[in-house]
Amino acid sequence: MWRDDLRGICYIALKDMKTYYLKPPAISWGIIFPLAWILAFYLRNPRNFEDLVPGLIAMTVLFSTTALEAVVINFELRIGALERLLLAPINLSAVLLGKLLGGVIFGLLMATLVSLGTIISLGLLQVRVLDLAAVLLLSVFVFSALGTLICVSVKEVFEAQTLANLPRFLMVFLCGVFYPISAMPAPLQSIAYLLPLTYTVEGIERAFSGTGAAVSAYHLLVLAIFIVIFTLPAMRLLRRRFA
Amino acid sequence: MDENIVIETSGLTKSYGKTLAVDHISFEVKRGEIFGFLGPNGAGKTTTIRMLTGLSRPTEGSARVLRFSIKSEIAQAKKHIGVVPELSNLYDELSAFDNLLFAAQLYGVPRRHRRERADKLLKMFGLYERRNQSFGTLSRGMKRALTIAAALVHSPELLFLDEPTVGLDVVAARSLRSLISSLRQQGTTIFLTTHYLEEADLLCDRIALIVKGRIVQTDSPNRLKARVEENPPTEISFTDAAPSLVEDLLQMLPGLQVTALDHRVRIYGGVVADVLETVIQLAKKKGIGIESVTSLRPSLEDAFVKITGLAPAVMAMEKGGRR
Repeated sequence: MWRDDLRGICYIALKDMKTYYLKPPAISWGIIFPLAWILAFYLRNPRNFEDLVPGLIAMTVLFSTTALEAVVINFELRIGALERLLLAPINLSAVLLGKLLGGVIFGLLMATLVSLGTIISLGLLQVRVLDLAAVLLLSVFVFSALGTLICVSVKEVFEAQTLANLPRFLMVFLCGVFYPISAMPAPLQSIAYLLPLTYTVEGIERAFSGTGAAVSAYHLLVLAIFIVIFTLPAMRLLRRRFA
Repeated sequence: MDENIVIETSGLTKSYGKTLAVDHISFEVKRGEIFGFLGPNGAGKTTTIRMLTGLSRPTEGSARVLRFSIKSEIAQAKKHIGVVPELSNLYDELSAFDNLLFAAQLYGVPRRHRRERADKLLKMFGLYERRNQSFGTLSRGMKRALTIAAALVHSPELLFLDEPTVGLDVVAARSLRSLISSLRQQGTTIFLTTHYLEEADLLCDRIALIVKGRIVQTDSPNRLKARVEENPPTEISFTDAAPSLVEDLLQMLPGLQVTALDHRVRIYGGVVADVLETVIQLAKKKGIGIESVTSLRPSLEDAFVKITGLAPAVMAMEKGGRR
């Protein structure tokens, strides 16, 4: 049975890549939106742009993964194609993981593109590649899972994108993307450490710090816990939808 | 469970809150037959299919599909069943061929057979010339045919068809019906839901009439019709109208009921041979010819109306109350 599930996960992800990666909502929210922000910040202040790089890479991961999940899940919920997957001889959790993997791969592609672009153009060669890869890998899973959780609770793509904007913008402003957490009032700092993007930003900052502190196991563990926190209720919600 | 029984349900029930969608239904489907689930929209047909295919859990009762319990062994059953939902829900962006290939991958058809199987089905359904065309650009009939093909890609023993011809034009619906018949000839057991009486009559070996979540009768179309065959009328069509035809017939055939419409009369009751002899005598006397004589057999619609007490118009209603 696990072989059927594994096969299902792979083929669902491949099909989603082929079918949905070039859909307008994936392009606008997952590619254009983060790139436009990066360009805007660069044009406004090219000298200090280097400081913003970790936050902008984290934001790219957040937007690309959640945008893609809205497309791969809600397009299919709307036309009933998700039911087609559930009729196949694979578990519901495998269907959900296949959907999640579509967002993970899209997020990784975008994060790699932005990371390589900034490293090469700004000459940030001191980056610890393995640390950066570990943070990005866990983060794309975290935010794909968050996107999945949001998307299975609504039907339409626009509903999912709208609902996703709430955690997206909350995290963009509270998690140190543009403004250091240490400079925020204490209550907001406490909230920031409850949100996963904080650990992504801090992890990427450490990876780019060169001789500074390395990415700690603590950051990676917290991100791994967030994957579970978002994935399990998403599975439960989907199961309830088809109860 | 008997080897020849592919579906067996016992008191299968589904409720959504206080609404009882399927109410303690019990039936069996035999291997190789086309079993029809006939009822108006909202009767519980789709809900039953959803339970039998693992998309929805029953609130009460039990069912076995191909000997597997739908509660605990549905994953095994899914390997051997194909499902065609009411909506043709393949992927608009993928080509006809890629849609079949994806279905084959999902159902674990061995890699070396996938392309061959997809091509075979495209040929069988007359879609081979359009194999590279995206699903979204196909006509409604072609989309329906491809959706059925996708459900057959793993050669299932049992095929569920939910309202297969809804929304199709007459030609596409007819061609699809002949395809369904040919599938049965190839040995596939078919569980078909429909609210089209003629469709059920044409295709099904046995029919369960379902109304408000309950099965009110299960039998072959002919046996269902026989239940209303107490007094089949004889219809005679004359070449011309003749004055006092009905009155004369009533006089010559005492005790029988006669109605007239234009050049036609309908005679209820009596022995057909005696009735005909009298009619021929009268036609000669009045100098008019006989165009045709028909013994009117009851339709499935007559049977449905008699058994369920519902008006035929209820069956003509599409989802959303349209006719």
